[in-house]
Amino acid sequence: MELRNTDTNVSMFRNLDWITIILYIILVGAGIFSIYAASYDFDNASILDFNEFSGKQLVWAGLGLLLGCVVLLIDYRMYEAYAYPIYGVVLLLLLVTIFVAPDIKGSRSWLVFGPVSLQPAEFGKFATALALAKLFDNYNFNLNQKLSNYFRALIIIFLPIILILLQKETGSALVYISLIFVLYREGMSGLILFSVLCAVVYFVVAVKFADPLILGIPMGEFTVLLIISLIFCCMLLFYCKDIIIARNVIFGYVISGVIVGILATFGIDINGAVYFLSMLGIGCIYVAIAMFRQRIEKFLITIAFAAVSVMFLFSVNYVFTNILQPHQRQRIKVTLGIVEDLRGAGYNVNQSKIAIGSGGVTGKGFLNGTQTKLKYVPEQHTDFIFCTIGEEQGFIGATAVLILFLALILRIVHIAERQRTPFGRVYGYCVASYLIFHLSINVGMVLGLCPVIGIPLPLFSYGGSSLWGFTILLFILLRIDAARRERRD
Amino acid sequence: MNTDYNLKKRRYVIAGFIIVLVCIYIFRLFTLQVTDDKYKANAISNAFLRRVIYPARGLMYDRNGRLLVFNQPAYDVMLIPKDVGKSLDTVALCEVLNLTKEELEKKWADMKDPRRNPGYSAYTPQKLISHLSQEDYGRLQEKLYLFPGFFVQKRTIRQYSSPAGANILGNIREVSANDIEKDEYYKAGDYTGDLGVEKSYEKVLRGIKGEEILMKDAHGRIKGKYEDGIHDVAPESGKNLTLSIDMDLQEYGEKLMAGKIGAIVAIEPATGEILCLVTSPNYDPSLLIGKQRGKNYADLVRDPLKPLYDRSIQGAYPPGSTFKPTQGLIFLQEGVVTTSTMYPCHHGYINKLRVGCHGHASPIALKPALQTSCNAYFCWGFKNMIDKRGTTPRNQLEKWKNYMVEMGYGYRLGIDLPSESRGFIPNPDFYSSSFRGANWSGNSIISISIGQGEVLATPLQIANLGATIANRGFFYTPHVVKEISGDKIDSKYKEKHTPHIKKEYYQDVAEGMRMAVLGGTCRTANLPGIEVAGKTGTAQNPHGKDHSVFMGFAPYRDPRIAVAVYVENAGFGATYGVPIGSLIIEKYLNGEISAARKGIEERMLNSNTISSSGVKKH
Repeated sequence: MELRNTDTNVSMFRNLDWITIILYIILVGAGIFSIYAASYDFDNASILDFNEFSGKQLVWAGLGLLLGCVVLLIDYRMYEAYAYPIYGVVLLLLLVTIFVAPDIKGSRSWLVFGPVSLQPAEFGKFATALALAKLFDNYNFNLNQKLSNYFRALIIIFLPIILILLQKETGSALVYISLIFVLYREGMSGLILFSVLCAVVYFVVAVKFADPLILGIPMGEFTVLLIISLIFCCMLLFYCKDIIIARNVIFGYVISGVIVGILATFGIDINGAVYFLSMLGIGCIYVAIAMFRQRIEKFLITIAFAAVSVMFLFSVNYVFTNILQPHQRQRIKVTLGIVEDLRGAGYNVNQSKIAIGSGGVTGKGFLNGTQTKLKYVPEQHTDFIFCTIGEEQGFIGATAVLILFLALILRIVHIAERQRTPFGRVYGYCVASYLIFHLSINVGMVLGLCPVIGIPLPLFSYGGSSLWGFTILLFILLRIDAARRERRD
Repeated sequence: MNTDYNLKKRRYVIAGFIIVLVCIYIFRLFTLQVTDDKYKANAISNAFLRRVIYPARGLMYDRNGRLLVFNQPAYDVMLIPKDVGKSLDTVALCEVLNLTKEELEKKWADMKDPRRNPGYSAYTPQKLISHLSQEDYGRLQEKLYLFPGFFVQKRTIRQYSSPAGANILGNIREVSANDIEKDEYYKAGDYTGDLGVEKSYEKVLRGIKGEEILMKDAHGRIKGKYEDGIHDVAPESGKNLTLSIDMDLQEYGEKLMAGKIGAIVAIEPATGEILCLVTSPNYDPSLLIGKQRGKNYADLVRDPLKPLYDRSIQGAYPPGSTFKPTQGLIFLQEGVVTTSTMYPCHHGYINKLRVGCHGHASPIALKPALQTSCNAYFCWGFKNMIDKRGTTPRNQLEKWKNYMVEMGYGYRLGIDLPSESRGFIPNPDFYSSSFRGANWSGNSIISISIGQGEVLATPLQIANLGATIANRGFFYTPHVVKEISGDKIDSKYKEKHTPHIKKEYYQDVAEGMRMAVLGGTCRTANLPGIEVAGKTGTAQNPHGKDHSVFMGFAPYRDPRIAVAVYVENAGFGATYGVPIGSLIIEKYLNGEISAARKGIEERMLNSNTISSSGVKKH
């Protein structure tokens, strides 16, 4: 027994994915230096001073590595076996947190143990990933087989979201939305992902370009209607693969478009909304009549897509102007660059852009960032840590960090795909999805491309909970991956 | 399993998604960091406060090393509007600065007015109030923490050790929008020289501004020097000037001219250095210091006696009989006369027209003519020169004019002070147009031979003639700055100007002038122990009573001072010009006035020609 156990451990260490571990160590190490730079002040101490953020993070990282080793030493079967209990315990912890956590800046998400604070939401990530993996690991589980399978997956995803929302940690809650990538990988229709993408594009375009009028309607609305019409045609052509119907519809659009154009040059403006809606309506009726011949389902989906798109567009306008509160509208407008608000919502982002933009190609050099030293960017050591890289290491350093993250994510996707069980694969995709979401939202916000949602840059930002959460997440994957050959061999 | 295979391909969608996103972010980084410079500028304006360190303005000493102009500290209240914030306690600020609410609002509006302050920006230091008194400064410094964005900048303002010489020294004022536009050295709130040496030597005196780069944090707090100040630039102090002025003489001259309108110019002939440059009425330069400058300046501008008008170099007067030596020199050089040529004078020049003269022997030669200031002699000489046979009056007048220009008339001499007047010497074209093409001859323009009519000269030009005769034929361009510490004065002041007139003719004229002192019009200037040579002038003018003029130099054999005195509407040259000129000479050469001449001094010090002339002022 003894001997065999050692043997397993030896083979486990041989089978560990060292590329991921090296990437992990580089990112955490770079993070500590960045935190040191971000919290550096004039009368400052060494990077190792445990009263400083960098020193504390070093402790967190050391303990984190120890935690990682513990995770590796646990038998992989334990994670499968105890996936639901772990999920249950973490949910309970999240629930308890709502009631016992002190109010810190309006959120009740921190459990305080003397000098140490932990954020249970960060540990919800691996628990949810385990539970989701466990669900898909059921024999012959197929997402599209029954609608109830969708519900089961969605319940696992939405329980932590609800609890974290109750803690008023919107950012951390939104992270779980990223698990849609996992569902997609496991068989969810691509149309849903496509619809989500379309919804984002419609929203941004419709809200951002409210100003110049084209054919009596705002340019944004005009553009979205044009996009919907294009998608309608493309779906007929590539999705339904009915060349005759698609040709007829496109022909109709071209002829009518030319007529509208000619009329417009003579000063007779046809209302754009009326034009697009009637064209889409005629198109849909035509398709509906024609579809009785063949491939009913895909035509229906195409018609439904067009109809839902149009409804979405008009409801966006309605919601934006009538339902959203002024401050919410303001936040969205600031994010989309419609208004500049350097004192309020836009201050962080503006200062963060200044910090990054002033870095130039090669940066100002380690500890030489003025924006950083002089505390112009709030939350610089946590959510806005990427500024420090951009300012002090410049374009080269910031790009390098992005590429490191990209490499880590692609490596994880690769690891996920080489798993022989749905459990390992789903778990791997969960890890990748979380990282994709964190990276895109955090860096997007620092670069002024996304709304300011307070989530950290994984492994980089200051904070023990986040670092430990991601460490556990990653090392469980490494443990499962190391055992991939043992399984079913 | 087929579906499984299809699903496997979905990893490319997911991988593709993150690859595209990272590419978008890298592109965004590229535009922010590499193609757009705006953010660098923003970071700099965020973090750095570039504070100007003003250099000390150069000091001024007189020729004897007496300190004339120096600096004293003043405090300007500065602020960075962006950092001030909306919660500024204006009531407390008014209290601390000792201002009313209206005054503060006015100053605030002025600061923001782009016409008054073209460099206004909410992000850079702006001056709210200048010249805070020491006690206001102390009070503000104590309460400064109450007013975020405010700070105090130490400046220097000028201080004068003497109330005299304002016209020479000049003063400093805040730069105007125009100054800022013309010279990029200046920023709003800077000082620049106005009038006098302060203006003409501005670039020497002002020095070079330094700069310290301070870092301020997001709350506007100063966090020390950027990189321990290695990028700071120390200011370079302005250079000190030693003026050629003898301030004691200047003060004495101003006292003599008190109650009179006019000027005294004294030059050291051997160098062209100006010993005193008195204009009257003058003003105390201390009036134009600091807070009260604006009001006092306006008062001086409004004063009907025009104290800001420097008559010694700006006043263009008929030179009167002080002009006669120049005529004698030209006649001799042109061969119109020799020292033995005699002209008749029957109480004047009578040749179709009549120029009056006073009683003396007739006929008369050059030296006695200078001695007695005979009008007829110079009229005859001039007529004979202009109407010379075998040439035209045009050619002759052209020649005459060229001699005059060589002697320093008709053009600016080039003194190192602003706004010098050029006087006026007519040329042939002038007469051709003023006579509307009609023929003119020596007779028709005869009055210029005795320094009347069209000719105008500044007291400086008259004194320069004195210096030229003292030197027996050359002069240096008169100037008031003798030395610049660590630099050379303009080489043009080291350049000898020699009119094309023989030295011996100068000697002849000098002798005539010496005779005028010994037994002619300038007898008051006959000082015991000092051989003075001189020439009076009594210049008729359209403004009333004649101007009283004197031009002379001493000692006769080894001249150390040439002087011109011009007293407006004071009558005969002998009445005011000669006594004042001789007192200046005596004071300069002996250091004091001999007991025998105390009476003259007393009379000059206490006389007032402004009230007696009955002239308002031109």
